[in-house]
Amino acid sequence: MQAFLNDPMAMILLTGALVATSGALLGTFLVLQRQSMLSDAISHSIVFGIVVVWLLTHAQSGPLQIAGAALTGVLTVFLTEMVARTRRVKRDAAIGLVFPALFAAGVLLLNLYARDIHIDSHTVLLGEIGFVWLDTMPLAGLEIPQAVVWMTVATLVNLGFVLACYKELKLASFDWQLAAALGLAPTLMFYLLLGLTSVTAVAAFDAVGAVLFIAFVIVPPATAYLLTDRLSLMLLLAVLVGVASTLCGYPLAVRLDVSIGGTMASMTGVFLVLAFVLSPRYGVLGHWLNRRVKYSG
Amino acid sequence: MKREKRHEPDLALHIEDLTVAYEGKPVLWDIDVNIPPGVMAAVIGPNGAGKSTLIKTVLGLVKPTAGHICIHGYPPRQALKRVAYVPQRSSVDWDFPTTVVDVVMMGRYGHLGWFRWPGRRERRRAMDALSAVGMEAFAKRQINQLSGGQQQRVFLARAMVQDADVLFLDEPMAGVDATTEKAVVALLQELRDQGKTIIVVHHDLQTVRDYFDWLVILNVRVVAQGPIPEVYTGENLRKAYGGRIALLDPDSSGETPDAVPREVVN
Repeated sequence: MQAFLNDPMAMILLTGALVATSGALLGTFLVLQRQSMLSDAISHSIVFGIVVVWLLTHAQSGPLQIAGAALTGVLTVFLTEMVARTRRVKRDAAIGLVFPALFAAGVLLLNLYARDIHIDSHTVLLGEIGFVWLDTMPLAGLEIPQAVVWMTVATLVNLGFVLACYKELKLASFDWQLAAALGLAPTLMFYLLLGLTSVTAVAAFDAVGAVLFIAFVIVPPATAYLLTDRLSLMLLLAVLVGVASTLCGYPLAVRLDVSIGGTMASMTGVFLVLAFVLSPRYGVLGHWLNRRVKYSG
Repeated sequence: MKREKRHEPDLALHIEDLTVAYEGKPVLWDIDVNIPPGVMAAVIGPNGAGKSTLIKTVLGLVKPTAGHICIHGYPPRQALKRVAYVPQRSSVDWDFPTTVVDVVMMGRYGHLGWFRWPGRRERRRAMDALSAVGMEAFAKRQINQLSGGQQQRVFLARAMVQDADVLFLDEPMAGVDATTEKAVVALLQELRDQGKTIIVVHHDLQTVRDYFDWLVILNVRVVAQGPIPEVYTGENLRKAYGGRIALLDPDSSGETPDAVPREVVN
């Protein structure tokens, strides 16, 4: 077991697969609610939360950081909704107003007070999945990479959330008004979804960074959307596409000697293009063939 | 436990002194509405009269500025299970990855309560409702393959499985074919005959008298309300629609129930 945990390649792939799984579980509902860009906003603005928590407690990771990130994520969404509700600014512009402000504040604080620490803006944006196996923590007599521990927790929490609230999330995504009229609290579901996205983004931070994490939240669900007409299958396919991207991305990165996180994220794009062209029902090719059959017959 | 006091329990819907405003602009101004149980009521009025807002406020989707609402004597929060809602078709995304029978089962989610997954019983209820609206053959179809009229029938089936006493429908006849419109009206009348109260935001003045037996004419304030023969008069309609009303029958003064007014599209 320890040999497995000491194997850099195994740990990199495991971390990648966990990032992909946890991201796809939440991303599926964000994509269906047309809120995917909120995950972009959140992943930037949590930098602010991370710096503030570090300044207050000097904790670089752990439960305090996670709580701080979740709060910042929810704060981002809350501020966005508040600005949008004034009706002086459209919602997309409201997102664009709020998260750069928080992100900028985070970067400035980082520059002013935290120049020498591990959190720098490069790590924040890109992370380095290649080094996750170096940073371990003892757990149950084993030395386990921190990223693996935190990503496992995030994945289990997200999975639990989606399984427990599957019907609530489904209804909130499909028909917000009915969900509200039935007392199934779609607004609460929305904030929980985004709170967990923030938490997962923090956990995924060291591994792939804030920006690449978005790729795992949005692209695999968007790919799955092209492949199926069932929500449950869409969730499953999104997870599979995400995991496949990490598995294909790693050897490619080694071969080309480029960023592992970058290649993994790029592979999600490759799968999206494949689905776009080849999907039986919604693909470009299928569409073209159907039309030919229709008109020649 | 303290016994709850019901306010106006003999009315299906009781609204008193209700004002709803968006950004300080009143959409509904100090309205009183009373609808008895077992009627099929139309809510009509010009664009911007607050018809949809009225329904959304009753359902708790919009917060009122003042006033109170009772459904069979209960405040809306305690009456969630007594009320079913059919929103405008355009309010949902019909490309959502789900099937017809799944959408109908959503009507049972309120009864299921939190965290419980729908099962065989919910599916059976959904299938029964689908056959009642003549859509059982479509149960396993993806919802983006439906026509407008079929979408409306699915929404109606979803409202039926809610087992509600009061059904609110927001423009259910908008953009559906004549066959569907007839089928929907027949179903709603059947539900009314079972003792349910049907409240419909309606836009086609020509069919009001054929379909409904109760009428609320709204234009920010309540212009008139009551049984159709008393309320459906040219005078009331002119009060609500102003110059935008055209009387088809030139000989009619508009005061007799024979007048057929029509909203002029401008």
